[in-house]
Amino acid sequence: MTVGINAPGRARISVRNLRTDRWWLPPLLTNLGLATFVIYATVRSFMGQWYWVNDYHYLTPFYSPCISESCVPGSSHFGQWIGELPGWIPMGFLALPFLLGFRLTCYYYRKAYYRSVWQSPVACAVAEPRVKYSGETKFPLILQNLHRYFFYVAGLVAVINTYDAIVAFHSPDGGFGMGLGNVILLVNVIMLWGYTLSCHSCRHIAGGRLKHFSAHPLRYKLWTLVSKLNVRHMQLAWITLGTLVLTDLYVMLVASGAISDLRFV
Amino acid sequence: MGYKAQFRVWRGDDESGELRDYVIEVNEGEVVLDIIHRLQATQAPDLAVRWNCKAGKCGSCSAEINGKPRLLCMTRMSTFDEDELITVTPMRTFPVIRDLVTDVSYNYTKAREVQSFTPPPDLKPGEYRMQQVDVERSQEFRKCIECFLCQNTCHVIRDHEENKEAFSGPRFLMRVAELEMHPLDTADRRDTAQDEHGLGYCNITKCCTDVCPEHIKITDNALIPMKERVAGRRYDPVVWLGNKLFRRSSKKS
Amino acid sequence: MTQVERHTYDVVVIGAGGAGLRAAIEARQRGLRTAVVCKSLFGKAHTVMAEGGVAASMGNANSNDNWQVHFRDTMRGGKFLNNWRMAELHAKEAPDRVWELETYGALFDRTKDGRISQRNFGGHEYPRLAHVGDRTGLELIRTLQQKIVSLQQEDHKETGDYEAKIKVFAECTITELLKDGDKIAGAFGYWRESGRFILFEAPAVVLATGGIGKSFKVTSNSWEYTGDGHALALKAGATLINMEFIQFHPTGMVWPPSVKGILVTEGVRGDGGVLRNSDGKRFMFDYIPEVFKDKYADNEEEADRWYTDPDNNRRTPDLLPRDEVARAINSEVKAGRGSPHGGVFLDISSRMPAEEIRRRLPSMHHQFKELADVDITAEPMEVGPTCHYVMGGVEVDPDTAAAKVPGLFAAGEVAGGMHGSNRLGGNSLSDLLVFGRRAGTGAADYVDGLTDRPEIAQSDVDKAAAGAVLPFDPRGGGVEENPYTLHSELQQSMNDLVGIIRKAGEIRQALQKIDEIKARIPNIAVEGHRQFNPGWHLAIDLYNMILVSECVAKAALLREESRGGHTRDDHPAMNANWRNKLLVCSTDGTDVSVVEQPQLPMRQELFELFEIGELEKYYTGEELAAHPGRKA
Ligand SMILES: Cc1cc2nc3c(=O)[nH]c(=O)nc-3n(C[C@H](O)[C@H](O)[C@H](O)COP(=O)(O)OP(=O)(O)OC[C@H]3O[C@@H](n4cnc5c(N)ncnc54)[C@H](O)[C@@H]3O)c2cc1C
Ligand code: SF4
Ligand code: SF4
Ligand code: FES
Ligand code: FES
Repeated sequence: MTVGINAPGRARISVRNLRTDRWWLPPLLTNLGLATFVIYATVRSFMGQWYWVNDYHYLTPFYSPCISESCVPGSSHFGQWIGELPGWIPMGFLALPFLLGFRLTCYYYRKAYYRSVWQSPVACAVAEPRVKYSGETKFPLILQNLHRYFFYVAGLVAVINTYDAIVAFHSPDGGFGMGLGNVILLVNVIMLWGYTLSCHSCRHIAGGRLKHFSAHPLRYKLWTLVSKLNVRHMQLAWITLGTLVLTDLYVMLVASGAISDLRFV
Repeated sequence: MGYKAQFRVWRGDDESGELRDYVIEVNEGEVVLDIIHRLQATQAPDLAVRWNCKAGKCGSCSAEINGKPRLLCMTRMSTFDEDELITVTPMRTFPVIRDLVTDVSYNYTKAREVQSFTPPPDLKPGEYRMQQVDVERSQEFRKCIECFLCQNTCHVIRDHEENKEAFSGPRFLMRVAELEMHPLDTADRRDTAQDEHGLGYCNITKCCTDVCPEHIKITDNALIPMKERVAGRRYDPVVWLGNKLFRRSSKKS
Repeated sequence: MTQVERHTYDVVVIGAGGAGLRAAIEARQRGLRTAVVCKSLFGKAHTVMAEGGVAASMGNANSNDNWQVHFRDTMRGGKFLNNWRMAELHAKEAPDRVWELETYGALFDRTKDGRISQRNFGGHEYPRLAHVGDRTGLELIRTLQQKIVSLQQEDHKETGDYEAKIKVFAECTITELLKDGDKIAGAFGYWRESGRFILFEAPAVVLATGGIGKSFKVTSNSWEYTGDGHALALKAGATLINMEFIQFHPTGMVWPPSVKGILVTEGVRGDGGVLRNSDGKRFMFDYIPEVFKDKYADNEEEADRWYTDPDNNRRTPDLLPRDEVARAINSEVKAGRGSPHGGVFLDISSRMPAEEIRRRLPSMHHQFKELADVDITAEPMEVGPTCHYVMGGVEVDPDTAAAKVPGLFAAGEVAGGMHGSNRLGGNSLSDLLVFGRRAGTGAADYVDGLTDRPEIAQSDVDKAAAGAVLPFDPRGGGVEENPYTLHSELQQSMNDLVGIIRKAGEIRQALQKIDEIKARIPNIAVEGHRQFNPGWHLAIDLYNMILVSECVAKAALLREESRGGHTRDDHPAMNANWRNKLLVCSTDGTDVSVVEQPQLPMRQELFELFEIGELEKYYTGEELAAHPGRKA
């Protein structure tokens, strides 16, 4: 081989990498984690049932906002704007593509899947398998630059999720109620906000784009806050995958009657 | 303490080379560079290695230890087991000159292509006023000791020699970001970052950040903010629409 | 005839540290074709290691500061042996040189009102050191490096060639200066990478090669500091002054052994760190010399108040000039009150919150964490004296930086005079800028004034080449010598015998050792070939180290008093009769000779900047006759 790491002039070392640590472990874990989530989310999105607990007004985030006539009554917090959907369109079709886009173009997830799925590079100083590389300079990867657009929409969706979590403080008799499901929905929404606000685009918009912080003290404060969150962006990305699955699972189990909600009020 | 360590050091030049084994004494508190020096003084007087400060300040002694890009002078022997085989090779992204010394001229070429600091033309020396909060971001990048470990690790050029033409590497993209954030720099560097320095090649996989001995958050604080600035200029639909509707020029604040 | 690569330039600057780069910028801005030659990569020169700051009386932190105060501090620090004209120019021009750096893109730490922040340092009356955390040298060299790039970009725009007017020859060592008659005609050296020879034909050479610390065992200096410039100047017929004055920085790391000598910045003390002995006592209060009694606090309370209220309290003796502190540490250790590894304790952890320490002294925190496994926010550091800086150097004209040989200029650490017997912290970086620039102008004026260019004789080139390859083919006929062994023998004897405390007998012993090593040098044999061969490089550097060490030892033997960076156990007092005597070294090719030379008396108006009471401590009665305080 005379390309890449063995290009002419470079030190002739036959092995692709000399790392002695378990460099393959993190990408492996990432792959497992991502795969688990993708499979779970796909199955649930197309399942078409057990997404709404009418007694307590729990709505899973995978189906929010539910705006078609396929949605069970009550689950459409924002009305039903279109008719019945064929089974191959998930009922959360309005938000899901944006959420998917948001996460796909997220700077952290990009790092994660470029490294583990695409192996470019699988670990630092470990040669990548492909010969050609153009990064994010060409279609389709140049579209990663649209992340900010997805961020705006993700912000809206987070508002909707927040609304969902609030209206869920509901008891079967119509008054105020609270159960374990509420706690889970709330934690999920807080984490979603954490993830969304810790976004690099958000950091940029909040103040990162400014040249003179001193001339914009409020935005500097905001930027400082977002920057603090931003350091935890990776953790939040994983935590929210977890809370999303957990929330959905809980709603599914309660809705299907497999378990009953633990009520506090 | 004091023990004999197993070392495997790459010896050779641009034509050929091999990993050669040595057994060498190690004392308490030593770093890998000390061991290399002991090799020079006792077993391999012509072993070539670059170093200056031996304190992690000059960025001369970059190499790869057990496959990881590191400074020889800041890698303590105590981080290895006594029976561990320690492999030391030159950086593998740059042409080798001899043994552990590589030709890093790529970096100087790229440095020269970054448009230099462009202050307001009428500002006199002594009249510069800048607030601490405004200089801090660029100051972080100015901690760079130009060890070029980030350049060495970045797969864009490590694994793709042909990209060296179009890509300036994390160190110099960070330099662009530094000037872009400099409170008194008047040039707009967003287009050149993308078009001349190849910002788009970076896929933010963060290996540069991982190896930086100065712990500069290259990716989070320089590359991603730069990508965002470029996106703001070229790819943000809202900004784009706003500009269309209100005929705003993309002025910088 | 030897194969050499030839280049023609107007000015060749040897050294790419602060002084060299500043000189090169000036020469290029004057329109001259300039080459910069350095032993390591561009941007790695020793200047990157400077931590604390650059001294300039901008008065941003205390508006009472001005050049006169800075001048007085510098003279005081150097015990009035300084070349007063250099000290004057330095104090006057330093602020402009620092401000200029901002126009090149430097980002110093700021005051509240957006100006350059300034910090306290030993020997400086007011907070005066412009700084960037504790990596000021890095900022300085990077800024100058980037200014060179910016000039190259201008040239590129004009000519299509980045290197049309200014080119950096990195990893290239100069081994000889060549002359045409009595004038400089060029410089000869080799590429470290390939071992091939290179010749610069140039009417002007600026030496900016830094110091000589590698002749000592415990030093904060890097391998580059082998005194090349000092030796080149001597061999070319120029003179060195003040070589007996070597600054031992009081705080170097002492543990682990492999990092012994690495510097702990004075900024630690400037920001509140204090020295303690093994009894936990702040011993510096016991070591305030008579001449400084009215400037330094004699009790802890006042010393601590000084940090916040410097106008009404005297400063802490932890910040006495370096020579005083180094000697004090030495005595404490000798008296058995040292730390476990033979130093004393430097404590900042008990003086400010961890967060603050990390913010103010990030690279010190990093250095101790990584190299010694010590967390300076939680425990004290162990420190001891380390060879740091040579006050002595090439004797130059203060205004033009010209050495005795026409066409030869020197600036920075390699030049002598400016700092007298002891340099104040932060005065070196400013020295580099002020005299770097002056050397650039000096060289430019000299070249502009020439009517014809000097020529290099081929025989001189052949001789230089033959000298350089000698170690591959030793002629001595004795047992083959290893350059590493000889080097460490030299370091050991300089350290032990001509170190921080000196005695006539020991210095003589050192001189014997130097003679012995000199005799063994022709037997040095190196293995391998000329391509990047460190053994060969060291062998060549050894010639220079020996030559310079001989100057140091001979001058140290002659000066029978203690002053600044020269302490004689057998002559422990400062002697006013020695104050205006300079010791001047020169060589005839084999031996070094040292002679006395009187210093020019200070200009009257500068003289009058000092109180008679202070001058009496340093000057002889006759010298003071002209002072108004005496006349009155
Ligand atoms: C750890 C440390 C901390 C310091 N902190 C401070 C501080 O806070 N404030 C302050 O004012 N001062 C400080 N100093 C002192 C100051 O840094 C130096 O005195 C100063 O940087 C010297 O600069 P220079 O330009 O003279 O030489 P250098 O920066 O040392 O440059 C010398 C140049 O000459 C080149 N060279 C040498 N020999 C040859 C040859 N034969 N051929 C070709 N090139 C050659 C070298 O490669 C190098 O480029 C510190 C010093 C040290 C070691
Ligand atoms: S983050 Fe970008 S610049 Fe840094 S190593 Fe990865 S691809 Fe290279
Ligand atoms: S950014 Fe960090 S890794 Fe890259 S050259 Fe600078 S110090 Fe080295
Ligand atoms: S959501 Fe991850 S960076 Fe925007
Ligand atoms: S020798 Fe300077 S960084 Fe290692």
